[in-house]
Amino acid sequence: MEIDVQSVLVLLGPELVLCFFALAIMLLGLASRQRVSEWLLRWLALIGPVLAGAWALWLLVPWSGERGVQHALLGGMATVDPFALFFALLACAATTLVVLMSWEYVTERVKAPGEFYSLLLFATMAVCLVAAASDLIMIYLAIEFLSLTSYVLTGFLRNDDKSTEAGLKYFLYGAIASAVMLYGMSLFYGLSGSTSLSAIGTQIGTGRFEAVVPLILLLAGFGFKIAAVPFHQWSPDAYEGAPTPVTAFLSVAPKAAGFAVLVRVLTLGLPNLMLNWVALLSGICVATMFVGNLSAIPQKNIKRMLAYSSIAQAGYVLIGLICYDAQADGAMPILIFLLCYLFTNLGLFAAVVGFSNATGSDEIEDYAGLIRRAPWLAVSMLLFFLSLVGIPSTAGFIGKFYIFKSAVQTMHGPFLLLALLGVVNSVISVYYYFNVVRYMFLVPAPEGDKAAVRPIAVGVPVMAALIIALLGTLLIGLYPGPFIDLVQNSAVALLPM
Amino acid sequence: MNIVPSLTWINFLPLLGVIVVLLLPRDKPDWIRWWAFGVSLVILALATWLWFSYDQGVGGMQFVEDRLWIPGLNVHYHVGADGISVPMIFLTGLLSAISILYSFNIKDRVKEFFAFFLLLEMGMMGVFTSLDYFLFYVFWEISLVPMYFLIGVWGGERREYAAIKFFLYTLVGSVAMLLAIIAVYFAAGAQSFDIMEIAATRPFADMEVLRNLTFFGFFLGFAIKVPIWPFHTWLPDAHVEAPTAGSVILAGVLLKMGCYGFLRIIMPTFPGACQDFALLIGILAFISIAYGALVAMAQWDLKKLIAYSSVNHLGYVMLGIAAAMAATTTIDDRAMAINGAVFQMFNHGIITGGLFLLVGIIYERTHSRDLARYGGLGARVPLYAGVLTMTMFASLGLPGLAGFNSEFLVFRGAFPAWWWVTALSTTGIVIGAAYILWTIQRLLLGTAKDESLYEHLTDMDRREVASLVPLLFFMVLFGVLPYLILNTINLGSLSLLQMM
Repeated sequence: MEIDVQSVLVLLGPELVLCFFALAIMLLGLASRQRVSEWLLRWLALIGPVLAGAWALWLLVPWSGERGVQHALLGGMATVDPFALFFALLACAATTLVVLMSWEYVTERVKAPGEFYSLLLFATMAVCLVAAASDLIMIYLAIEFLSLTSYVLTGFLRNDDKSTEAGLKYFLYGAIASAVMLYGMSLFYGLSGSTSLSAIGTQIGTGRFEAVVPLILLLAGFGFKIAAVPFHQWSPDAYEGAPTPVTAFLSVAPKAAGFAVLVRVLTLGLPNLMLNWVALLSGICVATMFVGNLSAIPQKNIKRMLAYSSIAQAGYVLIGLICYDAQADGAMPILIFLLCYLFTNLGLFAAVVGFSNATGSDEIEDYAGLIRRAPWLAVSMLLFFLSLVGIPSTAGFIGKFYIFKSAVQTMHGPFLLLALLGVVNSVISVYYYFNVVRYMFLVPAPEGDKAAVRPIAVGVPVMAALIIALLGTLLIGLYPGPFIDLVQNSAVALLPM
Repeated sequence: MNIVPSLTWINFLPLLGVIVVLLLPRDKPDWIRWWAFGVSLVILALATWLWFSYDQGVGGMQFVEDRLWIPGLNVHYHVGADGISVPMIFLTGLLSAISILYSFNIKDRVKEFFAFFLLLEMGMMGVFTSLDYFLFYVFWEISLVPMYFLIGVWGGERREYAAIKFFLYTLVGSVAMLLAIIAVYFAAGAQSFDIMEIAATRPFADMEVLRNLTFFGFFLGFAIKVPIWPFHTWLPDAHVEAPTAGSVILAGVLLKMGCYGFLRIIMPTFPGACQDFALLIGILAFISIAYGALVAMAQWDLKKLIAYSSVNHLGYVMLGIAAAMAATTTIDDRAMAINGAVFQMFNHGIITGGLFLLVGIIYERTHSRDLARYGGLGARVPLYAGVLTMTMFASLGLPGLAGFNSEFLVFRGAFPAWWWVTALSTTGIVIGAAYILWTIQRLLLGTAKDESLYEHLTDMDRREVASLVPLLFFMVLFGVLPYLILNTINLGSLSLLQMM
C-alpha cells in the first residue's frame, strides 16, 4: 500500500497542530512554574486551536459538496472527509472559546496551568480523531483518549472535594461504558470478520437479529458520551463539580464527538440495522428529552441546571439522527443544530464564568437583579436562553427548525409524534430557562446586602468569548445562508455516491 | 407606488428606536420618553400615509417587497399589505403611539420599558405585513418576548406568574404552528415558504388526516392568541397584571394577531377544512361570546371585567370569521361577515384600548379596582366620567359609535349561515349591555361607598386627555361614516374570498 506522507500531513494538519501545541504547552509548563510563563501558555493555548481550526476550514471550504468524497488514511483507520473536518472545526471553535473563558479562572484557581491547557488541547485533538475514525479500533482508541483527558480535566481542582468526586464519578461510569462498548465492538468483529466500518456495512445485512445485542452494547457506550438517558447519571455531578470552563467544554465537544461517531457508525457501518437502531434511539430520545427537561426544573445551581438542559438538547439532536434520510438532508440537521448549540451554550457558560469570577457563586438565586449590576451580561444571557428555547432570530431556532423539519419531512406518524414531543419539550424548557431570566430581570437584588448589588466587571477574555458567541448566535439566527451552505457541503460527503 | 420601501420602514423603524434608546443615558428619562414617542409618531404617520396611498382602484397586495433572505430554504423577505392588513397596521401604529404617550408616567426602569415597547411594535408590525411563513413566524415570536417583560417587570402583584403563564401558553400555540408550517411547506413541494403560493397549492387537499392535523396546528396557534374559549385562561391573568400600556397593546393588537392568522393563513390555505370545522368554530365563538359576557358580569375587579369583555368581543370576530369559513352562503354574505370581523377587530382595539387606559387613569389615583368601593365618580370627575361613559357605550354597541356597525355586520353576515348560532349569540349583546350599564352605575352614579378612596382624586390631565381623544375621534368617525374604513376592508375580504 502506498502512503503519501505529504497528503497525510496536510489532511491530518489540524490534529497535528493541536498535538504539537499541547506538547509544547506541557513541556513549557513543566519547565517553569513561575507566573511569568503563564502569559505564554495561555496565548499558546489560544493560538493552537485557532490555527488548527483555520487549517480545517482551509481544507473544508474548497470541497465542493460532492457525494462520497473522502480520503482514507492510516490504512483505513481514519477517513478525512468534510464531515470529519466540520467536527474538527467545531471542536477547535469550542476550545478557542473555552480557552478564552479559562484565562482568569485558571490564574485564580488552577495550580498547574500548563497541564490544564495541554489536556484541553489533547481532548480537542481526540474529538477531531473521533470524528475522523472509520474503524472500530480507531473509534475505541479515540474515544478512550477523549474520555481519559476529560476525566482528568473534570477532577482538576485537586483541593476541591466536589471536583475530585466529579472526576471519580465520571471515571467510574466512563470505564464501565467503555468496557460495554468494547464488548459490543468485539461482537461486531465476530459477526462481520472486520473492524472497518465499510466492511461491517457490507457484511451485516438486514434481518441479522443476532446483531441487535452488540448494537445495544455499542449504543450504551456512545450514549454515555452524549449523556443520553439512561446513561446520563454522571453528567449533573460532573458538570457541577468540574471547573466551569471544563464544564463548558464537556457540554459541547465530547457531545459533538459522540454524535459524529454515532452518525458514522450507524449510517455507514450499520445501515442495514436501521429499523433496530431507529427503534432503540427513539426510546432513548424521548426519555432523554423528558428526563433532561423535567429534572432541570427544580435545580438551584446554574451549572447543574445547564447539565440537565444539555441532556435535553442532546435529545433534540437524536430526533435528527432518528429521522436520518439519505435521500433528503442526511446528517445536515444534526450538524447545523450542533453548530448553533455550540455558540449558544458556550456563550451561556462564558457568562456563567464571568459571573462566578466576579461573585464566586453559581447559585441561580444570586443572579437576582443582574440587569442592574451588569446589563449587557444579563441581556446576552437572555439571548442565549432564547436561543436554547429556539426563539427565532437566534441560532437555536435555525437548529431546531432543521431538526423538526427532518421529522416532519418523513410524514410518518411515529416521527411526527417525535416532532410533537420535541416541541412539547421546548415549551417545558422555557419554564426553567426563564426561571433564570426571572431572577435576572424581574427579581431585585436583596436589599441591604452591599455585595449583592455591586456592579459586576467581566474580564476582557471572558468578554471576548461572550461577544464571539453572541455574534455567532445572532449571525446564524439572522443570516444563516453561508452557514447552511457550509454544513450542507459537510453533510453531503457522508452520503453514498 | 413602490418607490419607497414603506413597509420595511414601518417594520424596522422601531428597531432603530430600540437601538437609540439603548444608547441614550439612563439618567435622562425624558430624552428616552420623547425619543420613543417621536419614533412611534413617525411610524404612525407612515401607517396613515400607507392607508391613504393604498390604491382602492387596484386592491389586492400593495407595497410589496420581495427579496431572497435564506437561499438554502428559499426563504424570502416578502412583505405586502392588503385591505385587511392596512387597518391593522394603522391600529398598531395608533395604539403604540398612544400607549407610549400614556407610559410617560412610568418612573421605574424607563430605558428598558421603552426599548421593550418598541421591540414589541416591531414584532406586531411584522406579523401584519409578512407574506412568508418563515418571516411571519420570526415576527410572531419576537412579539412574545417583550410582552413577557412588560408584564413581568412593570406589572401588578402577581406579575411573575402572569408573565410566565402568558409566555408558556402562547408558546404552546406557536410551536404547534411551527410544525404545521413545516408540514405545509413539504406538502406544497418544499419549494418556498410563501404564504400565498403555498395556499394556492391547497396543501393536503386529498389527505384528510394530515390536512386536519395541520389545520389544527395552525388553529391552536391562533385560537390561543385570540383567545377562543376554552383557550382563554391566560388572558385574564395577563391583562389584569400587565401595566396599563401593556394591557392596551395586549387587548388592542396582540389578540388581533390571532384573528389575522385565521384570515391570512387558515382560510386561504385550508378552504376544505374550514368548511368542515366552521360550525365547530362558530359554536366556540358563541360560547366565547356568552361565557365572556357572563363572567364579565360576575366581576368586581374593574380590570378583570374589561379583560373578560375582550373574550366576549373577540367572540363576535370569530363568529364572523366562522360564518365566512362555512361557505354555505353567497359571496356577499361571506364578504359581509369578514368585513364585520375585521371592522370589529379594529373597533375592539380602539374601544378596549381606551377602556384599559381609563382603568389605568383611575387606578393611579385611587389604587383600587374594586367596584364595590366606588360610586359617585360622575359628580367628582366630570371629564373622566364623560369619556368613560362614551367609551363604555361604544363597547356595548350603541348605534352611532363604531362598535355597533361592526357587530351589526357580523350578525348580518353570519345569519344566513346559521341563524340559530347567530340568534344565540345576540344574547351576548344583551348581557354585554347589562354588565356595562351596571359598571357605569357602580362607578359613576350614586354616592361614594368609600370616601378614603377619593383622597387624591383629580380629573384627567392633559396627557391623559391627549391619549384618549384620538380613540374617541375614531369611535365617532367610524360610527357615523363606516364606509371610510369598510371600503378598504372590503377589498381585502373580496380578494381573500377569491383565494378560497
